[in-house]
Amino acid sequence: MKHLAIISILVIIFTLLANYFLQSVGLLPVEASEQATVIDKLFNTHFWIISFLFSLISVVVVYSLIVFRRKGDDEDEGDGKYITGNNTLEVVWTVIPLITVIFFSFLGAKSLAATKVIEPEALNVNVTAGQWYWFFEYPDFEIKTDTLFLPVDRQVKLTMTSVDVIHSFWVPEFRVKQDVLPGDNFVKELYLTPTVVGDYTVRCAEFCGGAHAYMNSPVKVMSKEKFQDWVDTELGNQPKDPVSKGQKLVTQNGCVGCHSSDGKEGVGPTWKGLFGSTQKLSDGSTVTVDEEYLTNSIVKPNVQIVAGYPANVMPSNYADLFSQDELSSIIAFIKSLQ
Amino acid sequence: MKKFFSIGIIRGLIFQILGSFAGAGIFYGIRVLMGLQWKTEPTIVVGGLVGAIFFLVGQGSLRDWWHVAIGKEMPEAHEVKPYPGLRRYFEFTLDHKVVGVQYGVLSMVLLSVGGSLALIFRLELANSGLQILDFIQFNTLVGLHGMVLIISILTGIAALGNYLVPLLIGAEDMAFPRLNAFSFWIAIPASVILLSAMFFGGFETGWTGYPPNSVRGPMGVQMFFLGVYIAGWSSILGALNLVATIIRMRNKGMNLFRMPILVWSVFSTSFMAMTATQLIGLSFQLVMFERLLGMSFFTPSNGGNPILFQHLFWFYSHPAVYIFVLPGLGVISELLPVFVRKPLFGYKWVAMSSMGIAAVGFLVWGHHMFAAGIEDYLRVPFMYSSLLVAVPTGVKFFSWAATIWQGKVRFAVPLLFTLGAILVFLLGGLTGPPLGTVSTDLHLHDTYFIVGHFHDTMFGGFIFPIFAAIYYWYPKITGRKLNETLGKIHFYLMTPSFLLMTFGQMRIGLLGMRRRIADYDPSLNFDFTQLLITIAGYLIAISVLIFFINLIISAKKGELATGNIWKSRSPEWAILPSPAPAHNYEGFEFKLVGDPYDYGLKGSKYVELTTSSNSKSEAVL
Repeated sequence: MKHLAIISILVIIFTLLANYFLQSVGLLPVEASEQATVIDKLFNTHFWIISFLFSLISVVVVYSLIVFRRKGDDEDEGDGKYITGNNTLEVVWTVIPLITVIFFSFLGAKSLAATKVIEPEALNVNVTAGQWYWFFEYPDFEIKTDTLFLPVDRQVKLTMTSVDVIHSFWVPEFRVKQDVLPGDNFVKELYLTPTVVGDYTVRCAEFCGGAHAYMNSPVKVMSKEKFQDWVDTELGNQPKDPVSKGQKLVTQNGCVGCHSSDGKEGVGPTWKGLFGSTQKLSDGSTVTVDEEYLTNSIVKPNVQIVAGYPANVMPSNYADLFSQDELSSIIAFIKSLQ
Repeated sequence: MKKFFSIGIIRGLIFQILGSFAGAGIFYGIRVLMGLQWKTEPTIVVGGLVGAIFFLVGQGSLRDWWHVAIGKEMPEAHEVKPYPGLRRYFEFTLDHKVVGVQYGVLSMVLLSVGGSLALIFRLELANSGLQILDFIQFNTLVGLHGMVLIISILTGIAALGNYLVPLLIGAEDMAFPRLNAFSFWIAIPASVILLSAMFFGGFETGWTGYPPNSVRGPMGVQMFFLGVYIAGWSSILGALNLVATIIRMRNKGMNLFRMPILVWSVFSTSFMAMTATQLIGLSFQLVMFERLLGMSFFTPSNGGNPILFQHLFWFYSHPAVYIFVLPGLGVISELLPVFVRKPLFGYKWVAMSSMGIAAVGFLVWGHHMFAAGIEDYLRVPFMYSSLLVAVPTGVKFFSWAATIWQGKVRFAVPLLFTLGAILVFLLGGLTGPPLGTVSTDLHLHDTYFIVGHFHDTMFGGFIFPIFAAIYYWYPKITGRKLNETLGKIHFYLMTPSFLLMTFGQMRIGLLGMRRRIADYDPSLNFDFTQLLITIAGYLIAISVLIFFINLIISAKKGELATGNIWKSRSPEWAILPSPAPAHNYEGFEFKLVGDPYDYGLKGSKYVELTTSSNSKSEAVL
């Protein structure tokens, strides 16, 4: 009985200490979304249970090792007490954990539901992921950008798809995470409500090969007024002449990741001096680069490949992505790079 | 020189090289005849497969079965005379103890290879920025580290099962000695093929090999798939053999609830390995076919479903972690009573908790996919089932604590590692529930928190227990004890280093460090912690090196182990001399007169010799 009392006190003390340690050491990043608040509450419950169970087992084991240790000349003689088991105890430590586990799952389900509350006035953003970039489209304003701009305290509905392999959308400060899959019937949604103005980063969390480590894009959460200002400037700034329009399109759609404008070698051929030049193709023939060839190469990138460059690298969905007008703007831009 | 080439393993490896070239050559020849051009990827896959078959032919693993097939006489397993001395370890040997040691050595070799791969990429991660590796090298090393160590663990638990189960249940050998040797030898070409992925362009998928990424990446992934596929054969057949052995080969009077507890955990593990491994083989095979033959099982643009792969894959790969840890937990339950000199608390509950973990383990795979885009009506039930695993696992912890309670502990090296295992596995267990509840998992999924949690469960459930087991049973293998001082240095260096490593991993994971990235954002301030993790990793490597040195020098110079050095009640210590003789209890007639762990009960015995037709036995008693 004496042992039991000491152990109970020790377990309580160590539980409190361990939990205080876990709470104060700063284990989680800044809490910057409504979903994060919900999730962190569940984290805190977890920290309590972890502290208690860790203290319980380790106090019993360490106490026993110290208090009942072999003493003096007892080196070789003697066995421990003959206790083979106790069914009541076993039932207790099966049933209590069972109830705890079911209760915890219930808490988990409630927490999940709370992160999935959908508000009717959510801002729509379409997210496209690819190896190895993100880009964002605001269908309500027809704005495209490679930085995610979000107004504070307003829910945003991310509609996400990938052009190649599985990626995953994660901003640690927002906590929630969702894989981004390729395929029209695998479009996934994620709801977020940022609560703190600031600069964050979306980081791809699903291993997508190659430069996975660098698949990050800035996320800017701004006040509602500033967000509106940004939308207005973007809409007012829509370039009119085809060359600048084309330049904007190739930046937003990640083309410049592989094709340089200054003659530098990349994954794909540079655009500098491309128009009007004569190129050798991988099947041995030659071609003069004109509007028709460029259009074909964007829409069907695997048909006429310049010698020395790999096939099946460039996405082949640009026919759906770009309108005829946008295609001619891009070509006008390439044309301007002499 | 001629003698060197007649050694089984050397012959096998030479045959494998020749076979690979022959397979690739014949395949290319057929293509030429058909007027087709050279194509590297299918050529190396066919080469790899033919190479593996040639290994088995050259090594001699198929010889006996071939003899049966053509009607030649095949001797019974116990009539086969093994090669003398050390040579038997390099040959197709039917003795379960030899096979056990072969598995153990292969496991330790793969452990050093897999660990060394980590040491290389830990150097890269010690600082932010890319210093010594490029992306493809880093990504390949990360994937291979995972899979090589998984095979190391599978061969490690096979070593425990093969060496110990017949000894513990009083059998002369395994139920199917030839199948037993075959399951070991097929693991060798599998490991060679797996490692060769490095030289065929590497792979950038991690050990999980998710499509469509694995369908598009470099072709080294094919060797990765093929290696795992063949290793799966070893695992399935080995498990089948253990299940048959435990059901059919127990000695007189050894009913199921009188078996040493380790046998129960091997039984539950084998049951899982026998029935689930097919699913990882299948899922990898489908991706292989998708790459080779354009069958688009998993690529959405051609009508495939990438989430289907994840279901198939995790249906094995989650039970797999219980396959990895159950034998280790069995070692903890087996060794604790010996060193605290008390009965195992609640034997039947502990035995049934292993079966419980095995049963629940099949129902939880969905928790790997909480962020993958499965429906909510699936996420919630998988959360309930996943947390349910805590119940049988809790029974084990409480029973261990109750076993230690009021025990008279002897702090020998095996006990130190057992206690270390309990501590580390406790950390692994307690960091599990935040991953089980969906909403918190959405933050933790694919971060270093998982890396930390996983290393806790693997070290607590396999690494620490296997070291405990080796310190404990090494004298039964060699007749000599491992050096105690070196053992203590090993323990006291490895344990704090490991804790530092895993706490560091979990902390930066919670703060936003993603897994499988070659470089991280310096503005996250992870540099210092990453450096500590790297240093801790190297300290662990040094401690394991000390252990290997100990293994080698103690085989010749260790203190002689005569009699029942641990004062164990178990038959292999109570009856047999060290090293254990061939065919175990042949000549010893023993009968069960008590329960396996009745330490502290005066005058009680677990086993007793009835007649001793062998003079050796009298000396021992």
